[in-house]
Amino acid sequence: MIEDGNAAVRLRGISARFGSHTALEGVDIDVCEGEFVALVGPTGCGKSTLLNVVAGLALPSSGDVHLLGETMKGPDRRTGYLFQQDALLPWKTALDNVAAGLIFRGEDIKEARLKAQVWIDKVHLKGFENHYPHQLSGGMKKRVGLAQILILDPNILLMDEPFSALDIQTRNLMENELLRLWQEDRKTVLFVTHDLEEAIALADRVVVLSAGPRASVIGDFEVPLARPRDVMEIRLTEAFLEIYRRIWGILRGEVMKSYAR
Amino acid sequence: MLDKHKVRLYQIGLLVGSLTLWEAMARYELLDQFFFSRPLSILSRLFELLATADTYRHLSITFTETLLAFIIGTALGIGAGLWLALAPMALKVLTPYIKAFNAIPRVVLAPIFTLWFGLGIASKVALGVTLVFFLTFFNTWQGVREVNPVVLANARMLGAGRGHLLRHVYLPSAAGWIISSLRSAIGFAVVGAVVGEYLGSAAGLGYLIAQAEGVFDTTGVFAGMTTMLVFVLILDWTVSRVERRILAWRPAASAGEEMI
Repeated sequence: MIEDGNAAVRLRGISARFGSHTALEGVDIDVCEGEFVALVGPTGCGKSTLLNVVAGLALPSSGDVHLLGETMKGPDRRTGYLFQQDALLPWKTALDNVAAGLIFRGEDIKEARLKAQVWIDKVHLKGFENHYPHQLSGGMKKRVGLAQILILDPNILLMDEPFSALDIQTRNLMENELLRLWQEDRKTVLFVTHDLEEAIALADRVVVLSAGPRASVIGDFEVPLARPRDVMEIRLTEAFLEIYRRIWGILRGEVMKSYAR
Repeated sequence: MLDKHKVRLYQIGLLVGSLTLWEAMARYELLDQFFFSRPLSILSRLFELLATADTYRHLSITFTETLLAFIIGTALGIGAGLWLALAPMALKVLTPYIKAFNAIPRVVLAPIFTLWFGLGIASKVALGVTLVFFLTFFNTWQGVREVNPVVLANARMLGAGRGHLLRHVYLPSAAGWIISSLRSAIGFAVVGAVVGEYLGSAAGLGYLIAQAEGVFDTTGVFAGMTTMLVFVLILDWTVSRVERRILAWRPAASAGEEMI
């Protein structure tokens, strides 16, 4: 079991109710420092709601969120959030989007732009600094989004199906890109997805949520795959299929339930 | 490219054709020149007007009134729109009053403003402001309400405070709405100025038109109207230039629907 001290994210008894509808009930999750945890569950089970609660963008109806040992009271500066939808500021260039967080935190504009340039290069967008989001492809926008968050050096990364809108090739590229960047300093990651393959390929641990309403944690699996990984190659290995079969055994029933509704 | 030329050609054809028809009908007395005048005499009157120094005094007065009404009205409208969009309580309290004030036909305020502010520039500016204010106000308010919630949440997560949100999210997001209102606002500012002058003043384009009307000088009325038309087109063109610069970040399709 996880020691009390080193849980970066600790959720205890999280419930979320919207009127008479209970989306989440009694969700307990711990994410250790430096751990990459994927949260899977059928569509509509409240994964995004849960992530919004961790981000401080939504309040749980009951339960506690602890971040880095402290009770969370609202959006935390040590948390970075990569959204599913386009979340870039459409009126800012790629460079200024990456610099935005630093400027919000009071850094000098020139200084912020210099640092942003470094990150633009890091996510392979050299030459696109002065493009506006609408001039970038879906994958490029995600790269900007990633740089926008990582430049702030957050302790905890929250990701809400960030690559689900991308085509499959771009998606695999972005997943590898994410792993490469994550490998550099191993931040704590809570990654929400409905794609089990993606979850296993990326994460150290996969947590399974049941179909809503009243979704809760019904499975917690270590992913014993070596790093560094290549998300395209690793899917073909026996160890990957083995863990996939085990988790799918639980997830399948939940997916069926959510279809039946 | 070819299509564009074709459109331009038809546009010019339509103008020349209808003016020629008007001229011909007036010459062959199908239209009474006393009531309808005719394009060529309006044109020669225009040249007369342009040759008179006094005309420029009238024009500059109308221009000043328009500009003041435009600037004051939009500044107040944007300010109030932003404030009310971000302060839901104040909005709830003030909504019925805003609706009530907006329901007043502005023309009936003109005599009151003349009483309050005199026959000079101030009463016309006040009239223009009441017209411009509500337009920019409603547009700003709407623009702020339509901020993309994901972009807003993202900015919050990146650490934006209230001031940052206003400057980096709400204002640019509302900019499209605000700027599209600016083009109508400049028209309203002109209406405020000219109607104000028309109803009671000693100078300005509206005054010139009212004078001509007073002596049944239709040619003079049309000449005044033409001057005003050109005046508004120039202002509108200027605003659309500004619009294109500010909205450079937008996809080309929705940025500048060019009419002129």
